[in-house]
Amino acid sequence: MADIVLQAKKINKFFNDPVRVQVLNEIDFAIHQGEFVAITGKSGCGKSTLLYILSTMDTDYEGELWIDSEIMRDKTEAELAHIRNEKIGFVFQFHYLLNEFSVLKNVMLPGLKLGKLSEAEVEHRAMEHLTKLDIQSLALKKANQLSGGEKQRVAIARALMNDPIIIMGDEPTGNLDKKNSDIVFDIFKQLSTEAKQTLLIVTHDQSFANNTNRIIEMEDGRVISS
Amino acid sequence: MKYKLIAEIASSLLFARWRQSLVAAVGVMFSITMFIALLGFMNGLNDMLDGLVLNRTPHVRLFNEIKPNPNQPIDRSPDFNTGHNFIQSIKSSGGRLEIYNSAAIITTVSADPRVKGLAPKITAPVLYNAGAIDITGVVSGIDVVAENKLFSFENYVTSGNTLDLKNVPNSIVLGIGVAQKLLAQIGDVIQVTTAKGDQLSLKVVGIFESGVKDLDKVQSYASIATAQKLLDQSNTYITDLQINLKDLKMAPQVAKEYARLFDCDAEDIQTANAQFETGSFIRTLISYVVGITLLVVAGFGIYNILNMMIYEKMDTIAILKATGFSGRDVRNIFLGIALSIGIVGGASGLLFGFLLSIAIEHVPFNTAALPLVTHYPVNYDPFYYCVGLTFALVTTYLAGLFPALKASKVDPVIIIRGK
Repeated sequence: MADIVLQAKKINKFFNDPVRVQVLNEIDFAIHQGEFVAITGKSGCGKSTLLYILSTMDTDYEGELWIDSEIMRDKTEAELAHIRNEKIGFVFQFHYLLNEFSVLKNVMLPGLKLGKLSEAEVEHRAMEHLTKLDIQSLALKKANQLSGGEKQRVAIARALMNDPIIIMGDEPTGNLDKKNSDIVFDIFKQLSTEAKQTLLIVTHDQSFANNTNRIIEMEDGRVISS
Repeated sequence: MKYKLIAEIASSLLFARWRQSLVAAVGVMFSITMFIALLGFMNGLNDMLDGLVLNRTPHVRLFNEIKPNPNQPIDRSPDFNTGHNFIQSIKSSGGRLEIYNSAAIITTVSADPRVKGLAPKITAPVLYNAGAIDITGVVSGIDVVAENKLFSFENYVTSGNTLDLKNVPNSIVLGIGVAQKLLAQIGDVIQVTTAKGDQLSLKVVGIFESGVKDLDKVQSYASIATAQKLLDQSNTYITDLQINLKDLKMAPQVAKEYARLFDCDAEDIQTANAQFETGSFIRTLISYVVGITLLVVAGFGIYNILNMMIYEKMDTIAILKATGFSGRDVRNIFLGIALSIGIVGGASGLLFGFLLSIAIEHVPFNTAALPLVTHYPVNYDPFYYCVGLTFALVTTYLAGLFPALKASKVDPVIIIRGK
């Protein structure tokens, strides 16, 4: 079982405001090294909520979450932040780059935060990732001078920065046109096949999901097929 | 490495909104400038006003008061020492103002390590004769050299040379009020009549102006020898011994000790001039209150600007947290912003406060009461600068702490989902 990257055991989640509603019900699955997984389901089925729990950002749940054979319960906020920094890469629907920094600096930030490499090495690696995604020419531009598709590619480069054990995406193509969606999907596919990168992507785009290795389908807070 | 990164992010956020940051820093700068200038000016005035009286008052003064003898004969009789004796119509005795055995006292006091210096003095009541009119007054016999050293006597002599008092026999330095009444100028000879009726001619070698009008109308100075001659006394006759101590706060204790040791009266500066201490204290207090009020207002400015910055930068905070920055890191980033504003504003405030102090010092200030003061006095005590910078840092730290704590508690999920 060493190749299990992420495992959810009987995860329940309730919203208490204004009344107690169960949004996740006994979520139970494991993701193995190298899998390209899509979580699909209708709006409001709880797939984003689940992703935020799996990403360790939301700690208000019942059940167990294991990442890299470590249980996430009882970890401090700072420890969870470190796990996010080192082991998880994020790609959001709305790019979320820091406008105050250049593209290169945005990509470098998680690496600088981790502090395992010198600044020069981090910069070198960031350039490598940008080159791999064919956006090295944008390195010195400010984040707010980029188009949507370009921003999303920068966000992927940032997610790759610390060689995470898993990349999570929340509707990464949801805000992009067909052409850019395809580019982003191709990047994910390439990462999965060539670098054996584990990917967990929440999407409601059925054609996107159909091209992945595995689909976890959700309805009303339950996993109906995985 | 880690702090460098946090400092880098803080400075990027700071410069991204440089106008706001500048306004906040200028707010701090303004309050520190005013704090420094105000305290410097207030304390300059304090020093000057205190100097007007305190610098001319000895820390401890030894003298003999005319008063009833505390040891009445009846108390000494063994027949009457069982109860309390009520005696009526006691008169003051003696009338001998001389300090007994002054030479020995001077030797003893000079050897005391707590004593900075001492100056003997003789007070002689006189009448200045101006034709048919007699003006009452006081001639103080002083040791000019000691008086210059301890009480800056020469600073108050507006014309003439103080040393002439010592070098020219039978000379006098007149108070400006007396000189005006006598129409006397330097080089003139005036007549004085002593309390015993003797007349003496004295040569005017200087005019002095103390700043206290009433004093200038009666007071004059002569040398010790001249005063002894005026009173027809021997050359050991001294009525006052003025002592300055190294530490002014010791004065009450030393006064008590000397009074017992030398069997004479001793008055300390604190008792003699209690009201000046109070005045200085109140003025200093007011300047501190005003300065701190200014800083608190500046602190609220920083608080507001940081709060706004945090609302604007919610996305940034969320993304930092999502990519692995902890709440602590986020808090440090915003504290870093606040402290940078505090340091830059505080340091430039010190500089501008110093410049403003120099400007104040160059404003002409002429008053008849203070002949030697031509410009506003300013105190440049580094202590105020330290206090100013400390206050600036503490205020900005506290003003930054609450918004920073708020930022550290931002839940990234809410921000990211809310889009």
